[in-house]
Amino acid sequence: MLDAAQTAEKTARNAGENLLEVNNIEVIYNHVILVLKGVSLNVPKGSITAILGGNGAGKTTTLKAISNLLQSERGEVTKGSILHMGENVAELNPSALVKRGVIQVMEGRHCFEHLTVEENLLTGAYTRTDGKAAIASDLEMVYDYFPRLKERRKSQAGYTSGGEQQMVAMGRALMSRPDMILLDEPSMGLAPQLVEQIFEIVKKVNEQEGVTFLLAEQNTNVALRYAHYGYILENGRVVMDGPAAELRENPDVKEFYLGMSDEGRKSFRDVRSYRRRKRWLA
Amino acid sequence: MPEQLLFAMEVTLNGLMAGVLYALVALGFVLIFKASGIFNYAQGVMALFAALTLVGIQQGQVPFSHLINAVFGTEIHHFPWHVPSIIAIILAAGVMVLFAYLVEKYILQHLIGQPDIILFMATIGLAYFMEGFGDIMWGSEIKTLDVGLPQGMNLAIDETTFNMFGYGFFIDNLDIVAAIVAALLVTSLVIFSQYTKQGRALRAVADDHSAALSVGISLRFIWVLVWSIAGFVALVAGIMWGAKSGVQFSLSLIALKALPVLMLGGFTSIPGAIVGGLIIGVGEQLFEFAIGPMIGGATQNWFAYVLALVFLIFRPQGLFGEKIIERV
Repeated sequence: MLDAAQTAEKTARNAGENLLEVNNIEVIYNHVILVLKGVSLNVPKGSITAILGGNGAGKTTTLKAISNLLQSERGEVTKGSILHMGENVAELNPSALVKRGVIQVMEGRHCFEHLTVEENLLTGAYTRTDGKAAIASDLEMVYDYFPRLKERRKSQAGYTSGGEQQMVAMGRALMSRPDMILLDEPSMGLAPQLVEQIFEIVKKVNEQEGVTFLLAEQNTNVALRYAHYGYILENGRVVMDGPAAELRENPDVKEFYLGMSDEGRKSFRDVRSYRRRKRWLA
Repeated sequence: MPEQLLFAMEVTLNGLMAGVLYALVALGFVLIFKASGIFNYAQGVMALFAALTLVGIQQGQVPFSHLINAVFGTEIHHFPWHVPSIIAIILAAGVMVLFAYLVEKYILQHLIGQPDIILFMATIGLAYFMEGFGDIMWGSEIKTLDVGLPQGMNLAIDETTFNMFGYGFFIDNLDIVAAIVAALLVTSLVIFSQYTKQGRALRAVADDHSAALSVGISLRFIWVLVWSIAGFVALVAGIMWGAKSGVQFSLSLIALKALPVLMLGGFTSIPGAIVGGLIIGVGEQLFEFAIGPMIGGATQNWFAYVLALVFLIFRPQGLFGEKIIERV
């Protein structure tokens, strides 16, 4: 059963049904700092794909390379290509990408603090030209997914809680009617219960609206439970990838990222052997 | 009513009118500061440049005539026509939009992501460049600006107050016009920024540049928009001040008057600029009227700054400045 699903997924990958293909990109900041050293990934249409890894692994940079928010941070894609629906989008500016349906939800929420929750959501529809009625109905859709936001629609976003701000950021992205959301670290600074809630919504949006997700997460445990496929990044390289179910069972992933091993939880004393084995991955 | 009180009332009214003019200049600062966090040192010079351009177009002056004459040995100064005021104003506004576009293209765009202080320095450079450029383009002599605004004492007010109190108030017609224009300008700006899509985008950019980029708002467009509006506000301020005291290079110094207004009203608040302007205008006049004679007069030169300093101590974000939201 699982095998059949996997084969189907593999064939889908090979048949070029990828919504997004990132081929061997290299990213340099400030002309000198090499951050990504050849990252390739495929995101099949309608999937939830996770990029995992520790701090500084290059997750955020990968997402920003795709959404092209790198430019304003003096970063540059120097090698490789990024294809969205088979077309090269590496040269497009963020605004053009949002119009194409690729939008990023940035790490740390980044709400417009002095705008109300509803105004925040409406800015998401900035690039749309399909009229007020369509935007109003999408606003209702977002409120359906995030009932909490409807209650707080008149309050300034700066005064809402961390979880609500994450919802605002995600709802804002949804307002652009995307076919793909790049979700950066949605769990950051949130209580475990809330993280679960946010991922439930991601799953729901993915299933009901057909939105493809590419998400970067440090919380490997949660991410692998909700994603279909995962890539593990370390030091600007993909060191491992596979269907989420497989990654969850992989002994190295278990040990390095889920903190489990055959002998149960590791104690701090074993850290040296951890380092030695970790080198194998890098 | 005692004569003193009547006189104080007249002073207050005149102070309010003067305050409106301060507010007009402050408004330009607020717009740009709100949207891009840049303190635009060139705002005063923009008002001067706009007024110069308006007079130049209106009187059919040949731009760069001094330069042309010097190089080619010709003697041209004026085109053989005069442009009606309203068309000249529209053309001058067009020039300010073009100016906004050029500023974005050649200055701001290259400084994206730089610290605010760098941008501030760039506007200082811009201010001196424009002062010189305005000089080369339109000449440095003092010009009179006449777009047909009524001038002189308002007789109706004089008469009514004389009939009521036996003392006629002196209110300048030009000040009344300025007050009406400022009110219209502020109302339309507030409506624009609160209720339109571009206005919302403008406030979004003011809050968080990178988030604005991420939802597909084009920073470049917003900046051109903001500088155009600020240019238009500068034009209005230039017209009012120019009509009052002639178009000359000291006009750019009105920017200095806007500083205390900004400290009082807050750098990010449009209503704040207005209220701040009014407080400074009235405060200045009343202080001169009540305390001035005791300490030798000429208090207008410093009163506004002292008031602003006091405000800085007790309310650094100004009366209406946006509270810095920090969650704990």
